[in-house]
Amino acid sequence: MQAFINNLSQCIKDNAQKSAPVAVLGGGTKSFYGGNIVGEAVDMCLYAGIIEYEAKELVLTVRAGTTLVEIEAAMDAENQMLPFEPPHFGGASDDAKATIGGTVAAGLSGPRRAYAGSVRDFVLGTRIMNGRGEDLSFGGRVIKNVAGYDVSRLMAGAMGTLGVLLDLSFKVLPKPAAEVTLRFELDEAEAIQRMNEWAGKPLPLSATCWFDNTLWVRLSGAVSGVKAAQEKMGGECLSPAGALHRESQHASAFWASCRDHRHAFFQGNDDHVPLLPHQPLWRLSVPATTPPLKLDSPQFIEWGGALRWVRGNLDAKALRAKVESVGGHAILFRGGDKSAGVFHPLQATLVPIHRHLKAAFDPANILNRGRLDNF
Amino acid sequence: MAALAKPPESISAAPRNAIIAKLRAFLPTEAVLTTNEALRPYECDGLSAYRQLPMLAVLPSTVEQVQSIMRLARETNTKVVARGAGTGLSGGATPLGDGILMSLAKFNRTVKIDPLARTAVVQPGVRNLKISEDVAALNLYYAPDPSSQIACSIGGNVAENSGGVHCLKYGLTVHNILKIEIVTIEGEKAIIGSDALDAPGYDLLALMTGSEGMLGVTTEVTVKLTPKPQLARVVMASFDDVEKAGNAVANVIGAGIIPAGLEMMDKLATEAVEGFVNAGYDLQAQAILLCESDGTPEEVAEEIAKMEAVMVASGATSIRVSNTEAERLKFWSGRKAAFPAVGRISPDYYCIDGSIPRRALAAVLRRTEELSIKYSLRCANVFHAGDGNLHPLILYDANNPGELEKTEEFAADILELCIEYGGTITGEHGVGIEKINQMCSQFSDAERDTFFAVKRAFDPDMLLNPGKAIPSLARCAEYGRMRVHSATASQMPHADIPRF
Repeated sequence: MQAFINNLSQCIKDNAQKSAPVAVLGGGTKSFYGGNIVGEAVDMCLYAGIIEYEAKELVLTVRAGTTLVEIEAAMDAENQMLPFEPPHFGGASDDAKATIGGTVAAGLSGPRRAYAGSVRDFVLGTRIMNGRGEDLSFGGRVIKNVAGYDVSRLMAGAMGTLGVLLDLSFKVLPKPAAEVTLRFELDEAEAIQRMNEWAGKPLPLSATCWFDNTLWVRLSGAVSGVKAAQEKMGGECLSPAGALHRESQHASAFWASCRDHRHAFFQGNDDHVPLLPHQPLWRLSVPATTPPLKLDSPQFIEWGGALRWVRGNLDAKALRAKVESVGGHAILFRGGDKSAGVFHPLQATLVPIHRHLKAAFDPANILNRGRLDNF
Repeated sequence: MAALAKPPESISAAPRNAIIAKLRAFLPTEAVLTTNEALRPYECDGLSAYRQLPMLAVLPSTVEQVQSIMRLARETNTKVVARGAGTGLSGGATPLGDGILMSLAKFNRTVKIDPLARTAVVQPGVRNLKISEDVAALNLYYAPDPSSQIACSIGGNVAENSGGVHCLKYGLTVHNILKIEIVTIEGEKAIIGSDALDAPGYDLLALMTGSEGMLGVTTEVTVKLTPKPQLARVVMASFDDVEKAGNAVANVIGAGIIPAGLEMMDKLATEAVEGFVNAGYDLQAQAILLCESDGTPEEVAEEIAKMEAVMVASGATSIRVSNTEAERLKFWSGRKAAFPAVGRISPDYYCIDGSIPRRALAAVLRRTEELSIKYSLRCANVFHAGDGNLHPLILYDANNPGELEKTEEFAADILELCIEYGGTITGEHGVGIEKINQMCSQFSDAERDTFFAVKRAFDPDMLLNPGKAIPSLARCAEYGRMRVHSATASQMPHADIPRF
């Protein structure tokens, strides 16, 4: 593995001298996301493997090219999980390719995010290679650490533009003892209201999703707590009676389809959504209590109302203005015309700070050039 | 200690007077403090062994005033140290003799509470506990609870990424804030984070949380509020051996339990506390554990039973479980009062904040004990066991010549020990000036250069709280020589030079 690091360092130094871009690639399952990929490819899949995983420490350290499938298998054996429920994008055949490095770089989290936290919340430490080819470590393998600026969490969502992720440490958690999914018939406004009201009560929520006038709610926790909450909340239970310990297959398949965008809404093949697969998918991140956005395009709502997916040929400028007016931001997640910008424009004050930060880590601007395209 | 203090006269009177005149042009007279008497309350934070009068102090009450102060600082190339309640334990708010000390104490308003969104917008001077008090009627609270929560301010919590006894389950400050408004060194306002769950661009909210006031000045904080659990109960278990207690901690986690709090105290800490608050602690025990469960009554009953079983299997010599809220608070009262209690059995104490993998607990405690003998100084251990955060308290008497210096060496050795076992020199108190030397051991030159580059991205002239948290190359070279030197002689070289 040291040979990989040495080669990488040399490659970065050579490219920095020529100002030639380097494209850091994992399994390629998220290559649709962000600005276009340019430059010499670095295959991080060659840098894979679990470095240290001691369940009783609740800490996992892995190389960036390790697949989520491998990590999740190791954690299943200890009855633990990555609490941010990372998406595995790609078709069924590509399913096994998503890497942990790509997950952190893209900063994407799944259905549990609103209730357990995001990928950045669980990052404890990183080893990176900056745009000078220097091998650097930040954070650590302990739960609490405030020594130095939190450069590790800064890497989450930076699209690999600040450094090549090498080793990553995470806080992990035990899997909940019980899990059930409830279903409610509700319109959009009622569903948003209900999700927010429930989130203000001591209920063991772990995922929410609204689509096609149906609200899906997952509860996770101790058997007794889940049972008590279920009785309080009502709704139609997807798990067979008495089978509290593990989610029914139907329910877990449903949440995986939300997480991995295999749900009919994302595939564009739902009877209720007569859409073509190539229609652009927008990711709107808004305050959870934002009322229905009335966009005249089909929507899929997650994270208690804080994440709204919209499909259709929407006008980027008008959409961004609308989302910004409620305190949110819009990302052209998949497809569409990237020339108008994938990511939401930054506040003017933050533009120089972003440029200076990028220059601090990557002075020749070679790492994943242009993939974070809003500054 | 006295040797550390430089009088404000250390900078020449003329530029100082010019700055005072400019400040008075936009600040009320009482908001600009210049006399030694008026500046005295600001000479230190919670790390009171280090004192320094600032050049002057300002108490702005509006964001516009903060902006004007920052612009003036930039124009005149004057350093600025922002300060909240001054309870920090690492000297993050220790003033600079040639700098402006900016107190944000007047920013003490709760701006907005949104019950449906479970958020509160507060000014930085609002006390941590006050937030929870303000939203108590909504059955919500602000989860991070540093021991100083009665007094510490949310602005300081953001600067230090403060933790508390419940952070294994509920997270640190960084996990419990959504958005901050800052003023940059240019005097511009910026919003970091958002009311949504993420924001465009780099995650500056994560970067700024815990940045010790070196990247910008926080002028407003939007915090997440958490539903109050219906019930909390605590298991108190005694052990006749510290190692057994450490293993019990690992076994609780290994059983798939994430306790709301999991704390450990050794015999010396227990004795100190028991004499102070009579919490009913077992004075025969070598270590006691406090393990809390919260949630619905059904969940708590289930979890407490599991916790008790793990404690018994791990060799607990006695177990008590709180049956009432009053009893729960009594069990906790000792842990919460550990610092002042230790203060009663020793003229001075020095608190350390290392963090280690839990498996190294027994070894680190054993070696701390050896160091205690080597330095002839007592050391009481309180420990956020659930998340591996140690708080050894070294007992010393500053009136004995050389004892503070000996204490600092002992402390430095413990921090080096934490690094050796794969941990970190600070879990939740920050580096400040206190642990700045050990940053040389924990990070390489290139890593420290990266920190400086990050700082310059926000603050190109290095005016915001400079000299804290990140040591210079020269300083690290000096520290390296000193560590080698101290292996042969126990005297700190150049004891008379300013330490920051």
